[in-house]
Amino acid sequence: MSLLLEISNGTLAITGALTGMFLVFIALFIAKMIGPRSFTVRKSEAYECGIPTRGESMIQFKSGYYIFAILFLIFDVETVFMYPWAVVARNLGHSSLLCIGIFMIILILGLAYAWKKGALKWK
Amino acid sequence: MFNFGRWTSEFNNWLLGMGMHEGLAIAIECVIIGILLLAVYTVLALFYILYERKLCAWFQCRLGPMRVGKWGVLQVFADMFKILVKELICLKGTDKFLFKLAPYIIITSSVTMLACLPWGNGLQIIDFNIGIFFILAVSSVGVLGILLAGWSSNNKYTLIGAMRSGAQMISYEISLGIAIMTIVLLAGTMSISELVWAQQDAWFLFKGHIPAIIAFIIYVIAATAETNRGPFDLPEAEHEIIAGYHTEYSGIHFGFFYLAEYLNLFIVSGIATLMFLGGWMPLHVPGWDGFNDAMNVIPGPVWFLAKAFFISFVIIWFKWTFPRVRIDQLLAFEWKYMMPFALANLILMAIFVALGWHF
Repeated sequence: MSLLLEISNGTLAITGALTGMFLVFIALFIAKMIGPRSFTVRKSEAYECGIPTRGESMIQFKSGYYIFAILFLIFDVETVFMYPWAVVARNLGHSSLLCIGIFMIILILGLAYAWKKGALKWK
Repeated sequence: MFNFGRWTSEFNNWLLGMGMHEGLAIAIECVIIGILLLAVYTVLALFYILYERKLCAWFQCRLGPMRVGKWGVLQVFADMFKILVKELICLKGTDKFLFKLAPYIIITSSVTMLACLPWGNGLQIIDFNIGIFFILAVSSVGVLGILLAGWSSNNKYTLIGAMRSGAQMISYEISLGIAIMTIVLLAGTMSISELVWAQQDAWFLFKGHIPAIIAFIIYVIAATAETNRGPFDLPEAEHEIIAGYHTEYSGIHFGFFYLAEYLNLFIVSGIATLMFLGGWMPLHVPGWDGFNDAMNVIPGPVWFLAKAFFISFVIIWFKWTFPRVRIDQLLAFEWKYMMPFALANLILMAIFVALGWHF
């Protein structure tokens, strides 16, 4: 029951994405037309509370975030697997409960392992 | 209930009736949809900026913007114009391509998500049969924009802000996904229009007993974190890291992040509305025919907006009720409490569905 039955959803999704890009493009265009432009050396410095920047900013960063990113990857892929089950679970009856139960036990064991290994501890 | 799809199909027939080529008609319709989407996006963003400023003020016993226009309603237009005429500064040492790409990604993802929301009967642009999954997928693209913005700015504070935001958003996305999956399990469909139609007699919040209520609470908490708001606004913690990932953006470049932030607030409220509170469906109580008829008089879009604004009100309320958490508390809360709870809740819902205990 979409807005226009003749247009495919893919086309509409592309229309939405293009609309977003158009909004950014046109607003930037107007801002460039009417905004002032000036250049000083001080203005192009990074704003770090007024203190001159020291060293590189694009550096290798704290690995704590990396561990959470890996955990996310695992659990998000599991979520992707579980969505199709969620759609059809009503028609599958009790057997679906057993299958997804085994799947989830493996998933929770994974979380427990990560927890025990201290991956969830912020260091 | 009035079907808005009738207008659009009549318009389509009128275009084709003039002897127009089908491809051209589709192109014209797409342009009209785009313009409408843009108008709705901008109006909603302007409304939300005023809404939040007023609510913040009232929570703090202030009046908020009052000078520009009656009750300060023209303040947002003045702000937007001011932001438009400001200079766009590109700093020394920034990665220029990524720096300019980041607003495109953020705005594109939020506009595409807005296009998925159901505003009324037939008043919905994108309606995939995996609609809610599509929304989740598009919402995770937004994280990329924030990470790019923080990385390319060549500033240590933006980098910290982006990393915090990335960690927070990807972590809470799991709870969000599982809470939504709980309702998908109850409904047996992922199509947004079918989800709304399934709530014709009663909303999912009331249909699904306890698991649906727990899922709703988990969803609202995760959505607050997902939009970087309330007690979870670490990426923008101004006393620690200036303004987080958008510190180095000026003028309208900053405006895009601002717009996307408010629109994301509306979008998460809209998803909560369509998943738990019946979308554009009026409040129906089984058996109360007179009451149901009276509720049917109010049009669908009004219902949808009212519910979405209510959820947004609750999320804004959080911000003035709870103190900001630390990053380790934030991640521990998600991984040690929210996600195991969400999984247990999913199993509970699976049992309820298998035994047929839902209404």
